[in-house]
Amino acid sequence: MAMMTYLEAIHQGIEEEMARDENVVIFGEDVGGVKGGVFGVTKGLAEKFGDDRCFNTPLTEGLIGGLAVGLGTVGYRAIGEFQFADYLLPAVNQLISEASRMRYRTQGDWTAPITFRAPYGGGVRGGLYHSQSTEKVLFGQPGLRIVTPSSPRDAKGLIKAAIRCDDPVVFYEHKRLYRLLKEDVPEDDYIVPIDKANVVREGDDITVIGYGMVLNHALKAAETLSKEGYEAEVVDVRSIYPLDKETLVKAAKKTGKVLLVTEDNLEGSVMSEISAIIAEEALFDLDSPIRRLAGPDSPSMPYALPLEREFLVSEEKVLKAMRELAEF
Amino acid sequence: MMKKLKESGLSKEEIIQAYRHVLMGRRLDERLWQLTRIGKTSFNISGQGHEVGQVAMAMAFEHEKDYFLPYYRDMTPCLVWGMTPKDIMLGSLGKEDDPSSHGRQMPNHYGSKEHNIISHSSTVSTQYTVATGVAYGAQLAKKDYVTLTTTGEGSANQGEVQEAMNFAGVKKLPLIFVIENNGYAISVGRDEQYASEKLSDRGPAFGMTGIQVNGNDFVESYLAFKKVVEDARKGFGPALIEMMVTRLTSHSADDDHSVYRSKEDIENLKKNDGLLLFEKQLIDEGYLTREQMKEIDAELKKEINQATDEAEAMPDPKAEDILKAVYADK
Repeated sequence: MAMMTYLEAIHQGIEEEMARDENVVIFGEDVGGVKGGVFGVTKGLAEKFGDDRCFNTPLTEGLIGGLAVGLGTVGYRAIGEFQFADYLLPAVNQLISEASRMRYRTQGDWTAPITFRAPYGGGVRGGLYHSQSTEKVLFGQPGLRIVTPSSPRDAKGLIKAAIRCDDPVVFYEHKRLYRLLKEDVPEDDYIVPIDKANVVREGDDITVIGYGMVLNHALKAAETLSKEGYEAEVVDVRSIYPLDKETLVKAAKKTGKVLLVTEDNLEGSVMSEISAIIAEEALFDLDSPIRRLAGPDSPSMPYALPLEREFLVSEEKVLKAMRELAEF
Repeated sequence: MMKKLKESGLSKEEIIQAYRHVLMGRRLDERLWQLTRIGKTSFNISGQGHEVGQVAMAMAFEHEKDYFLPYYRDMTPCLVWGMTPKDIMLGSLGKEDDPSSHGRQMPNHYGSKEHNIISHSSTVSTQYTVATGVAYGAQLAKKDYVTLTTTGEGSANQGEVQEAMNFAGVKKLPLIFVIENNGYAISVGRDEQYASEKLSDRGPAFGMTGIQVNGNDFVESYLAFKKVVEDARKGFGPALIEMMVTRLTSHSADDDHSVYRSKEDIENLKKNDGLLLFEKQLIDEGYLTREQMKEIDAELKKEINQATDEAEAMPDPKAEDILKAVYADK
């Protein structure tokens, strides 16, 4: 075990997989050379594994997508980094039209085992184009997997699982969590399952479901609420697509009161689908309407501090929503 | 003036084989149009008028090791690469054993794991960036395979085409980009598509050779490809070839080009039919007689009839397999 940040855990996971399998290559804007990424996730990888396996691309996200697909077809495991999740949009055609269906459209003759890394999320004064949660753009596209870790321990095990996965995986990394979270992380080889949600905290009164920054808010709020006599079950979605329906429905049925939290806009988010699943599968086990807590429906997260704060789902907002649900 | 066939450096047998490929491309496509008209297939999109240049292009590669990322008018070069008329039929009929997509894609979306032909989608030009990954794989593995990717002049205006050529130039990838320029993007003529005189001029803009060839001139096309493929294999980097061809048919089975092409233009198409020009050249230069061509034609038609019958008798995909191969574990 070693104390590690969320960022260091991702770095170590990638480094271990590159050492383990020489077919793993990583690339993106500023990823190679001495810089090693604008956040430093890939720092040192070019020196350790060579400039062929860790390299810079021109500023061309469509190319990053296609390059990864092509490498996949000839037996490599590409890790393509989009510098910000906001900037994967030019590559959506590659992700949806090529990566997600290479296996399907050839019945497995050709495949694209790829990890696309996408730093996402707000609270970093990033304004409209460095704050977004773009996972809903790709959500619901069979053939693609979308995952995101919410702790350093999961970050390492999940990036390793994504790299080893034979499907294209979009790996969302929360920028705010990069250096905020620190915990003991195993220094040996371990894998976090690619397709399982995780019950992070057990409780009998309410169920809170989320991922990323807001999940950490929910965990803190749950401790406060505990002192008030209510115990929250907190579930980390972790596998955003396909969803681990079994774990989510089980957790909803357990308490009968469900709060879904996302830092994305309220409408059309991942939580909308989770809400529909719970409504279909667990309606008669519910004791209250399903609640959603999310950002407002502005096009993205604005820059000025009062506006950013207004957009963000804070720990206070989560606590308030949890308390209201517990008292319902 | 077309270059003489003997200038190609190919043997008489190889030249006659090239003619067989060109004629097979034409006759097989004609059969696919028939099958569409009588409702046995739902669609066809055609390479008629491209075949001579396409065969010259494909013959410059080593099909055992080189990779091909085609577009939907490339049935003929796929045949040169090793696919069979039956393979093509299985695709157009949407059969389970279709090597391109096992009945999952529309007709004319070619692929074959066995022959290093990588599956492409209908979203024109995405194969250009995918091809960079295939070519970069050769550099990583220190292998000497060369990758070929094609598209039309309409699709060449997509952003990913420029992204791919830029990256290929930066990394000096062993990758040959081809634009098959037939002058029409469905109904839109070249004047509304691009302003430059030649699309091959985009090659030097990305640090690579750019060559325009007359796709009806077998030898000019073949020699141009031979040179850039040899250079790429030696590690000298990518090239762009713009192949000027003729679109003899409507864009696809769902289009009628008489709506937007002038009568005069359509009447002139025959004069620019690469097959007819190639046949005249073969006769003039003493490679084949008209009689021998008729014999070859009869042989190919027999082969196509057999391929059609065999493919039609093959099983359709099963409805319950709709979710097969969505993910690796299913």
